[in-house]
Amino acid sequence: MTQRTVIAAALAAALGLAAGAAQAQGQGPIKIGSFLAVTGGASFLGDPEAKTLRLYVERINKSGGVLGRQLQLIVHDSAGDAKQAATFAKRLIEDDKVDILIGGSTTGETMAIVKMVDEAELPFLSLGGASVIVEPVKERKWVFKTPHSDRLAVQKVYVDMKARGLTAVAIIAGSGGFDQSCRKNAQELAPTMGMRVVADETYAPTDTDVTPQLTKIKNAAGVQAVLGCGFGGITSITAKNYKQLAMTQPFYFNHGVGSKQFITGAAGGAEGIRLPAAALLVAADLPDSDPQKKPALEYAAAYKAAFNEDISTFGGHALDALLIAVDAFKRAGSTDKKKVRDAIESTKGLIGVDGIFTFSAADHNGLDEASFKMVVVQNGEFRLLK
Amino acid sequence: MASRHRGLVLLAAVVLALPWFLANKFHFQVAILIGLNALVCVGLNLLIGYAGQISLGHAAFFGLGAYVPALLVDKLRWDSSLALAAGLAAVGLLAFAVARPILRLKGHYLAMATLGLGIIVAIVINRELDLTGGPDGMSVRAYRIGDLRLRGEWTWYWITGGTLVLGVWLAQNLIDSPAGRALRALHGSEVAAESLGIDVAGFKVKAFVISALYAGLAGAMTAHFLQFVTPIEAGFLRSIEFVTMVVLGGMASTLGVVVGAAILTLLPQLLTGFHDYEHLVLGAILMGMMIFLPKGLVPSLAALWTRWRAQS
Repeated sequence: MTQRTVIAAALAAALGLAAGAAQAQGQGPIKIGSFLAVTGGASFLGDPEAKTLRLYVERINKSGGVLGRQLQLIVHDSAGDAKQAATFAKRLIEDDKVDILIGGSTTGETMAIVKMVDEAELPFLSLGGASVIVEPVKERKWVFKTPHSDRLAVQKVYVDMKARGLTAVAIIAGSGGFDQSCRKNAQELAPTMGMRVVADETYAPTDTDVTPQLTKIKNAAGVQAVLGCGFGGITSITAKNYKQLAMTQPFYFNHGVGSKQFITGAAGGAEGIRLPAAALLVAADLPDSDPQKKPALEYAAAYKAAFNEDISTFGGHALDALLIAVDAFKRAGSTDKKKVRDAIESTKGLIGVDGIFTFSAADHNGLDEASFKMVVVQNGEFRLLK
Repeated sequence: MASRHRGLVLLAAVVLALPWFLANKFHFQVAILIGLNALVCVGLNLLIGYAGQISLGHAAFFGLGAYVPALLVDKLRWDSSLALAAGLAAVGLLAFAVARPILRLKGHYLAMATLGLGIIVAIVINRELDLTGGPDGMSVRAYRIGDLRLRGEWTWYWITGGTLVLGVWLAQNLIDSPAGRALRALHGSEVAAESLGIDVAGFKVKAFVISALYAGLAGAMTAHFLQFVTPIEAGFLRSIEFVTMVVLGGMASTLGVVVGAAILTLLPQLLTGFHDYEHLVLGAILMGMMIFLPKGLVPSLAALWTRWRAQS
């Protein structure tokens, strides 16, 4: 008779799922669906992103919501795993019937659902860094992203290196999508910008030590500067190992390390490292005339007051995505998916904390180079490089 | 009707009836993933539940079953069915090649050896960036038969349901055959089994290869259905997940492991409401079940039911 128990359990489970789906449609809240790497290796991306979204959705709701409707935020924890991200995205689209998707802390999570949002015809604002997310733009009709692209990041780094007379660069990159995209851009851009890649090493995101790879770079001939492509705890380890090996070449990173955790994790190893980052990270150093100074400082203060933590650029990406979504809902005058998508694409001069966003049919990243600053770590703080 | 047929008919009935309770594509997706996990567990149960051998590396076969056909189609433009056959052949061969040396080991040593195998496969998939796309995974082309593309939840629900019923039928036939009795005999005592003239090594290898093929097939189907695969599918935690499903549902109970797969696939989705505490709650539920239903959910409940009937 055991089988009856089985069927009862199966039916109960199925009914439980079905009940969740039968939610009232119409003029309820505007639903914002989000899947972020709140836990796991990429949690220092997903954690501030989730906190920022919760904080600002609450704020917007307190001041009357959008289009006279409240915002409802649904956050799922993908733990940085592309497959879980895809499952949750499916759930948000099909079950929760969200009006817009914000998320994908990492490039891998984002790329896993790009096809899905295209089929579902749902606007999607990604928080991933790699340029492949919005390129080729013809195949990314419904996908937009808020962080600066890594191509721009590499350009910035190369320009700074050249200004210091360094032309022979070694790359140390992780094996993840964001890291590899940066590495690919670094290799492709090198000849066009008069740079040479003289060493190229890769580590796995789960590694706990990168001394072997760095030693190979140290022993390679003629390395004048090193570029680190990556994000997460491993970047702190890289910086620490770099110092332990007493390597003297100037060390650069891409924009995946724009959080205080990188500096504290590196235990002194981050000192002197240069990276391109959103102006948000060095808001206090900006001149008063900079349009980004005010919103960035406001965000930093609000975040600190709510969570007693320093901001990172990652939370900023989420804030900008939310602002862009809200702005698009207002201009579209509804949550009609097609109208909202068109409204996002016609966003013009929106001042976010990452920079000033102007999207177009040819550009789904929308940021200009001016908002991307070269930053240096000095006395355990990010400072604007002058 | 023999009890094994009753179970099979019941499973078929659940598969047929379930679509009426599924409200949208997401529900179908969860149902399909339950079916695919269950398929792995039905195979793994032959090894763990009947032959009494532990494998902590079955995700390796699942992962290879997913990656090999996907890569053959993607890089070499092979026909889907041919690639699937080649993938299963690769899984079978690997299982066969490692089975003899590995299955000479017992207990902890066997667990360690299968664990090592699983980790090696996961490392290769993770590190061969140019081939597999590394830790972020790769997208997989839809399964094609001629010009027909198998895609969408509705199609895959019936494919999965059909395969699962077929898989359970095969497994139950095997269990009730002389080979199955031989397996159970070597679970009880290898020495006794050997003294009865049972080819212990041969049967262990067979059980291992068959369970690997189940995992490989489920892996290939998962990859084609989701059209995406990541190395996590081949990783250590995935192996543990499969073993947990088998133990939770009830070792040596084919329907039990299907229930185990259903519970472990459903719970994370049902518990998302607990936000930061979901892992805590999941852990507590699993611990509670193992403490109060140590033989696994289905066998323990069956025993309770029999006792209750005897009393009344």
